[in-house]
Amino acid sequence: MSNPPPSTVLPGLRFKQRFPLLSLIAERFVLSLLLLLAVSILIFGGLEALPGDFATTYLGQSATPQAVANIRTELGLDRPVTTRYFEWLGNAVQGDFGTSWASKNSVSEQIAKRLGNSLFLAAFAALISVPLAVGLGMLAVHFRNRLPDKIINVISLAAISLPEFFIGYLLILFFGVKFGIATFPATVYDGMDFVDRLKAIALPTATLVLVVLAHMMRMTRAAILSVMSSAYMETAELKGLGAFRSIVKHAAPNALAPIINVVALNLAYLVVGVVVVEVVFVYPGMGQYMVDAVTVRDMPVVQACGLIFAAVYILLNMVADTLAIVANPRLRHPR
Amino acid sequence: MNDYTKYLASRVSAGGLSRREFMGRAMAAGVTLALADQLFTESATAAEPKRGGHLKLGLEGGAATDSKDPAKFLSQFMFCVGRCWGDMLVESDPLTGAAVPALAESWEASNDAVTWTFKIRKGVKFHNGKDLTIDDVVATLKRHTDSKSESGALGVVKSIKEIKADGSDLVLTLAEGNADMPLLLTDYHLVIQPNGGNDDPLASIGTGPYKLASFEAGVRATFEKNKDDWRSDRGYVDSIEIIGMNDATARIAALSSGQVHYINRVDPKTVDLLKRAPNVEILSTSGRGHYVFIMHGNTAPFDNNDLRMALKYAMDRETMVKKILGGYGKVGNDFPINSTYALFPEGIEQRAYDPDKAAFHYKKSGHSGSVLLRTSEVAFPGAVDAAVLYQESCKKAGINIEVKREPGDGYWTNVWNVQPFSTSYWGGRPTQDQMYSTAYISTADWNDTRFLRPDFDKILLEARSQLDEAKRKEMYRSMAMMVRDEGGVILPMFNDFVNASTKQVKGYVHDIGNDMSNGYVATRVWLDA
Repeated sequence: MSNPPPSTVLPGLRFKQRFPLLSLIAERFVLSLLLLLAVSILIFGGLEALPGDFATTYLGQSATPQAVANIRTELGLDRPVTTRYFEWLGNAVQGDFGTSWASKNSVSEQIAKRLGNSLFLAAFAALISVPLAVGLGMLAVHFRNRLPDKIINVISLAAISLPEFFIGYLLILFFGVKFGIATFPATVYDGMDFVDRLKAIALPTATLVLVVLAHMMRMTRAAILSVMSSAYMETAELKGLGAFRSIVKHAAPNALAPIINVVALNLAYLVVGVVVVEVVFVYPGMGQYMVDAVTVRDMPVVQACGLIFAAVYILLNMVADTLAIVANPRLRHPR
Repeated sequence: MNDYTKYLASRVSAGGLSRREFMGRAMAAGVTLALADQLFTESATAAEPKRGGHLKLGLEGGAATDSKDPAKFLSQFMFCVGRCWGDMLVESDPLTGAAVPALAESWEASNDAVTWTFKIRKGVKFHNGKDLTIDDVVATLKRHTDSKSESGALGVVKSIKEIKADGSDLVLTLAEGNADMPLLLTDYHLVIQPNGGNDDPLASIGTGPYKLASFEAGVRATFEKNKDDWRSDRGYVDSIEIIGMNDATARIAALSSGQVHYINRVDPKTVDLLKRAPNVEILSTSGRGHYVFIMHGNTAPFDNNDLRMALKYAMDRETMVKKILGGYGKVGNDFPINSTYALFPEGIEQRAYDPDKAAFHYKKSGHSGSVLLRTSEVAFPGAVDAAVLYQESCKKAGINIEVKREPGDGYWTNVWNVQPFSTSYWGGRPTQDQMYSTAYISTADWNDTRFLRPDFDKILLEARSQLDEAKRKEMYRSMAMMVRDEGGVILPMFNDFVNASTKQVKGYVHDIGNDMSNGYVATRVWLDA
């Protein structure tokens, strides 16, 4: 007849009430792991279903039935799919992605190097593009519908409308071939010193910045503008706050959530979506690595790349959501 | 001065040919004594190859999946890398395609061409300081011919039944006579490695002019000069850097901005634009690769020779070469051999576009309605355009071709060698015998024209063990005639290898053997400051 004593409340529930933020993050983390698991099944199953196989593709016109059979037995392709999947997953969890079928090199080692290169390029592009985009966005809001806003808009729209390989080629043509001031190709290798590395990535970085800038800038502008139309901004204006100050101090923090989201999306793109840029600039990153592997159906490499790409996307989205929750306390108590 | 004498002169300049050798070969090529003498003096004093410098190549075809094991060389990139650090037993003459000595000094065959004895060169050192011995040679060949081998050369060397050492000589016993045996040993997979590469196939230790200094698959390979090279007529630059560039525009940009000295795979469509760059030279070499339209000779309606003839006469070969290859190629004559092969059957009449004859044969065949041709952009560059061009030239003969564009993915599994009429390409083979054995003998896995002729098979096998060149040439001639007049292949063109270099690159040898000076480009050229 009486209420249950407090001690019988589920411990999880109590934790949830006491630490709403932590538990939300934990929940997102578990969900992300489950998502990653689902992705791993999709990747493995999808590649299994692909037509064509490694042995014939790799040997090409020199594929004798004997050589093909030799390769298949050696790789253990005659075993059932599920066995191979769990074996692969078990090793992948421990950071071991096996050896490449084609080159017999350790995939983890190769990926460490390639991912390092990709992250290096992405980090520099992000370092330049994120502050630039947010700054330009705020500037555009400040001068909204006036000349600076229009110039920023036109240029960023032009940059986003050109495919990235075209921007890349234009930069190569002018800075590499015509003026000869930039390094091309952007090949980086072991033992290259840091300054040379920076010179090598100048052009691809510039291309990436131009490609992602517009998206983030326009989102920043739109988010801040929508906040600007709310009542408290009017109050801020009425109490005599300077225009730029009111944007930075009052509008921007409240527009953070959508900005963080679009930044995260673009960061993910910088890591996993730069295949074309890597090919054009001859940059040895993850994208190029995966394309090479897909061409010869080198499954361990493709699977590893797919899983890592998915992990990057999921991780960045998780971070973005968490940051959005931190930035907006209301999201901590979903009804 | 013809190409051959030019080549000989360049060999003299490179210090690779003595006066006596030069005079003999030049006069055999029809140059007078006085002229030969003058040429030799000129070549020996002028254009002395310069030594030194750092050569940079930007090559298509590298991939992160490339293996350093010569048995698994596949890409153009590795083809070139392997030629820098390794030697084969035999090389092929750049101009005649004949077998010339490399690590094997000389060889002789038994009368039935079944047993071959190769004398192995003495005083050759591997990069690790070890002497080259007969055991290394035997171990190498055994590794590639093992039935469990994954070697790309397995198809080429599988006819070798026994490999053994006789003192310091190598003795090969074949399953059946093969007069081309030395040429088969020029295959780029058959790099002689210490203990055959069994200890460490990836070590890249060979006897070549350069030592591999660093390697990252699909990205970059660097080489240093091998100071103990056993040959002096190669390896002029001090160091080499090969960069993988799979994007055609990137290659062109790198070359025209002077970042690399040489690029491969220049697209015929853009070659004229590249020509305008002031410091660039286009290097176009006749090749053995060819583009084909293949009909299944045993499937209706192509089982009718009159229809096949009609379709052959309706092919405008000149236009194909001009439009599809941008002029960088030679017209084909409906058999897969051209003059770059040793023992090429000369004097066979060139088949030309003839709508009247085509119409005549078409009428005689009794076929009516349209003929379905399947094509795809992956069959060869410009294949879809070529199919449409062909459709037009057929129209004038009253033949209606229906062109069906197939998806590129899966073309080789679902269309080529499956559907009765499609477009395709063939790379060259080292010998005529190889080409015919791969695609025209009845039992071939890739008999993509369904050419099933016991009489053809018989001549092919006879020619294989025939050591008398005149007789062999005659046999190859009758085989060519059979394929040309009764086979299912329409062969409009042989494509050239189109590469380009900066003008600093000198001594480029146009090798008919294969692309990129048969892979030897980096070891043959020198840099002129």
